[in-house]
Amino acid sequence: MGVASMAIRGFLLLLLFLSAAHLSFSLYEDQVGLMDWHQQYIGKVKEAVFHTPKSGRRRVVVSTEENVIASLDLRHGGIIWRRVLGSNDVISGIDIALGKYVITLSSDGSILRAWNLPDGQMVWESFLEGSGSSKSLLSVPTSLKIDKENLILVFGKGSLHAISSIDGDVLWEKDFAVESVEVQQIVQPIGGDVAYVVGFVGSSHFDVYQINVRNGELLKHNSAPFSGGFSGEALLVSSEILLTLDSTRSKLVLVSFQDGEINYQQTPISDIFGDSLGTPVLLPSKLPGFFSVKLNGAVIFIRVTGEGKLEVLDKVNNVAAISGAISISDGQQAFGLVQHGDGKIHLTVKPTHDSSADLLKESIDMDNQRGVVHKVFVNNYIRTDRSNGFRALIVMEDDSLLLLQQGAVVWSREDGLASIIDVVTSELPVEKVGVSVAKVEQNLFDWLKGHILKLKGTLMLASAADVAAIQEMRLKSFEKSKLTRDHNGFRKLLIVLTRAGKLFALHTGYGQVVWSLLLPTLRKSETCKYPTGLNIYQWQVPHHHAMDENPSVLIVGRCGQSSEAPGVLSIVDAYTGKEINSMAAVHSIVQVIPLPFTDSTEQRLHLLIDANQRGHLYPRTSEAVDIFQREFTNIYWYSVEADNGIIKGHALKGNCNQEAVDSYCFESKDIWSIVFPSDSEKIIATVTRKLSEVVHTQAKVIADSEVMYKYISKNLLFVATVAPKGSGEIGTASPEESWLTVYLIDTVTGRILHRMTHHGSQGPVHAVFSENWVVYHYFNLRAHRYEMSVIEIYDQSRADNKDVLKLVLGKHNLTSPISSYSRPEVVTKSQSYYFTYSVKAIDVTLTAKGITSKQLLIGTINDQVLALDKRFLDPRRSLNPTQEEKEEGIIPLTDALPIIPQSYVTHNLKVEGLRGIVTVPAKLESTTLAFTYGVDLFFTQLAPSRTYDSLTDDFSYALLLITIVALIAAIFVTWVWSEKKELKEKWR
Amino acid sequence: MARSWRSNPVVLVLFLQLCLSLISSSLAVSPGSADGYTIHGRVKIPPSLGVKGFAPYGKISNIKVILNGGQSVTFLRPDGFFTFHNVPAGTHLIEVSAIGYFFSPVRVDVSARNPGKVQAALTENRRPLNEFVLEPLREEQYYEIREPFSIMSLVKSPMGLMVGFMLIVVFLMPKLVENMDPEEMRRTQEEMRNQGVPSLASLLPGAARS
Repeated sequence: MGVASMAIRGFLLLLLFLSAAHLSFSLYEDQVGLMDWHQQYIGKVKEAVFHTPKSGRRRVVVSTEENVIASLDLRHGGIIWRRVLGSNDVISGIDIALGKYVITLSSDGSILRAWNLPDGQMVWESFLEGSGSSKSLLSVPTSLKIDKENLILVFGKGSLHAISSIDGDVLWEKDFAVESVEVQQIVQPIGGDVAYVVGFVGSSHFDVYQINVRNGELLKHNSAPFSGGFSGEALLVSSEILLTLDSTRSKLVLVSFQDGEINYQQTPISDIFGDSLGTPVLLPSKLPGFFSVKLNGAVIFIRVTGEGKLEVLDKVNNVAAISGAISISDGQQAFGLVQHGDGKIHLTVKPTHDSSADLLKESIDMDNQRGVVHKVFVNNYIRTDRSNGFRALIVMEDDSLLLLQQGAVVWSREDGLASIIDVVTSELPVEKVGVSVAKVEQNLFDWLKGHILKLKGTLMLASAADVAAIQEMRLKSFEKSKLTRDHNGFRKLLIVLTRAGKLFALHTGYGQVVWSLLLPTLRKSETCKYPTGLNIYQWQVPHHHAMDENPSVLIVGRCGQSSEAPGVLSIVDAYTGKEINSMAAVHSIVQVIPLPFTDSTEQRLHLLIDANQRGHLYPRTSEAVDIFQREFTNIYWYSVEADNGIIKGHALKGNCNQEAVDSYCFESKDIWSIVFPSDSEKIIATVTRKLSEVVHTQAKVIADSEVMYKYISKNLLFVATVAPKGSGEIGTASPEESWLTVYLIDTVTGRILHRMTHHGSQGPVHAVFSENWVVYHYFNLRAHRYEMSVIEIYDQSRADNKDVLKLVLGKHNLTSPISSYSRPEVVTKSQSYYFTYSVKAIDVTLTAKGITSKQLLIGTINDQVLALDKRFLDPRRSLNPTQEEKEEGIIPLTDALPIIPQSYVTHNLKVEGLRGIVTVPAKLESTTLAFTYGVDLFFTQLAPSRTYDSLTDDFSYALLLITIVALIAAIFVTWVWSEKKELKEKWR
Repeated sequence: MARSWRSNPVVLVLFLQLCLSLISSSLAVSPGSADGYTIHGRVKIPPSLGVKGFAPYGKISNIKVILNGGQSVTFLRPDGFFTFHNVPAGTHLIEVSAIGYFFSPVRVDVSARNPGKVQAALTENRRPLNEFVLEPLREEQYYEIREPFSIMSLVKSPMGLMVGFMLIVVFLMPKLVENMDPEEMRRTQEEMRNQGVPSLASLLPGAARS
């Protein structure tokens, strides 16, 4: 008996040792790309500069709304290099200087950087000081030289700077902040030594400063009042004429400032366009000698003649975008124009001297899911017949980037995927009977050949060609990209909502786009000027009718930024990407609560809370109301008012008291509220458990055969508050004046179950809540390191149930109902550890049944994702764990959490601009799917406790086969031998 | 005014270098403007670490330097130098993000009282930095190394163990039997004969005792 138990113990230890050896997620280099994919994006392009030398790589350098500077290959649109700037380092200007440097101006005109054009190495960086705030303007004149140095003129923070383009030295600067002038433009006439700084003072004065570009000396300053007042916009028509509108927008005002002398010339709009009712809008495109005005949906090009006369050149309808002017051969300039019409886009390139002629007119078929054209950038090249050819880079409404050339789309980039707002997953369709899979599967010979190759690989006998063949075979596995459900649940659709209001369905196999939909409800329209997408929810997940009904998702958005703005709802079929239903301008939406009830068609009930704390029930069917009424008294929710420091609990009261009877509208009442003292606590983070999480067991068996009961409640809320002084960045508060307080609050009763203060700590706090524990990351000011803490919460009222005698006598409370109303007796355990890095996001792995041990997925500041076993964050860790504790898997306590390079799930890749991590369970219990998004996308499969329930991809069937054959052969041989031996025996 | 100082930054830096020469050669915090200081530093990757060339995963151009968890991000110049501008007085944290290397975050104290005096220390091992030169603590290897093929690994695999066990049974067991004392052998055989055909009952522990 004792021996047996020893043996079992030894075996367990061995198992433990084996599993401990693989505490981390790890990957061999040749496994890259087998289960993961990585996609790189740049975001919506703001500005583009072409670099097309006669020989060598042709490229376009772009700056984007995601603060990315990228150099793209013009031939295929691939990224040559890319730099992602900090989140508050917004790029306001980009240009190429000296033909080898990319110059970027960012951070409100205070940081100027030069990047090497071929490889993106930063060459120099200049910090431009200024005291004011202003428009930031970057101008890289090609001909302006001082002592053989090319100058860059930058206006930012109220100062004008001249910077050497070779080393970034500031040669001179001139402060305009004290002049209270709102600078509009910097004009540098070609060939001259002067620059003009022009702008408005208030709304009634126009000022011109003439500056010597050699030393920054102010040569002349003129100011002239204007009685009508300015509208604020200004457009430079030529190097000495500025165009603006008066404050009533009824007159066009030409301001000429030749040699610093200001002259106004006003032209009533009705004189030019006749009596039209619309208000004109100046289009901000730099076209020499003329300008464009948008009026009543049409764009009118107006030329400014030498004497300041205005002359209408052309009127074009349905204009989507106009490019800036580019110079083509022999001193001429041209510009591009994009129009929409009958499902196509029409690209026209016109010379600036004669806008009635067309240099190019092309019509291109366009996927209507891309919306309208937002921006166009034109570039010319010399064709073989010496005529001018044009290529156009266009930015679409869905943030995608396309290159048009010779009437066709040469390449396109789905850069909307760089700004994902929310993600849900959907199952793929079930494989239907009749659709045979066998056809596509390889025959036996191919199968065997593949495995022989694999075997060669494992035995290290494979040649280089074989290795390549193996790799290709593994990567191009057809299985992975099938559009049907698989047995293990690895194939799914990731449905993502982007900031542009486009919905993409990505296949988890290789990340390919299955369908995409530009949501009509989230497009700019007359009724909805600034639509923003908020979240996606699972609307309908058919289980009973999985064969003939498609799942659908609910997309919630609102028209405008404020929470009072009217909401928009869309329901989209997850298989086809078609909008099934939409509701625009319903009511304001502050909170969406997916309820745990479904109707007979398996549509999930959702309660949408508006700004007046009324609940609106969806779907709007009487059946839904019936189900809802049954559970009426059991519905509770909470709201967090972070600015006021209040957390409130709500319950339903009754139908709305409105004039119109609305049976789907319900009034709510406050049932509890927690008010944090505003002078000492400020809410910075709130986290709850995921609704979809499955917990395998409530009991946790600890070393000495004791049982602890996890306190598992879906109604727990983790709240972190900091002292108001410590709510800023690191370095702004001292340890004495900053503290972090964390709470665990029951959201039904409003009871605070646990409260703990970390003195000398501050935010930002990133937290994740799972089962009965919460892990949070914050900054410890005393140690000046980041820390991670874990709180585990256990139910004490069930603790005495482990007494067998009581169980037998029936004196246990196992059958007593678990109620959210009861006051639980809980105990909490907590521990803190240092963590090296800043954190951008934390999530936890989810598995189908919740049996597999958990890993934390930590998105670090380095844009990598680290998988950290939850066992490292176990409050029962101690310096010297006992033998029993060691067997249980408790790791000796260390002050810091280990960073094991092999446990980076992103291995040597970066998910630039990482914003979020989403995990979804696969059907296979051991495996979970993790999707990380930011500017880049990364997807992988994780097995936190190794794949114990399936053979790995590496498993060599051929080796198994050979072994069996060898065994059979051996049996025969030995049989023959024994026969012979027996015969010999008998002869003896 | 700060502006007038800026007009001659080279002299300023030289002056600072002079001031700081006792403390360091390249650690520098300069009063950049009225509301902040400038931190200069350098990231250096020793060639001994990058065995496979300069850097195994990315070039120096991909390295970012991050102040206070993302408050500002800067890049390295070709010589490895970086600068943060407009940093207020206080204790700050600088992190270096470089694929393939593990850098410890650095605690930087910018003192308001005596400008120019700074202290920097690695937070991982509390080692103070005399020079503001950040070096990786170690290289990071993101992949498991595949062990080269060896007979041992084949033997250790489940299939290898199976074959090995079989071989033992086939070749060693008869040897064991041969080495047995013939007396004992006979006795065992007799015992077996006595027991007869093994039945289920005889396999049960209770029955076997009787």
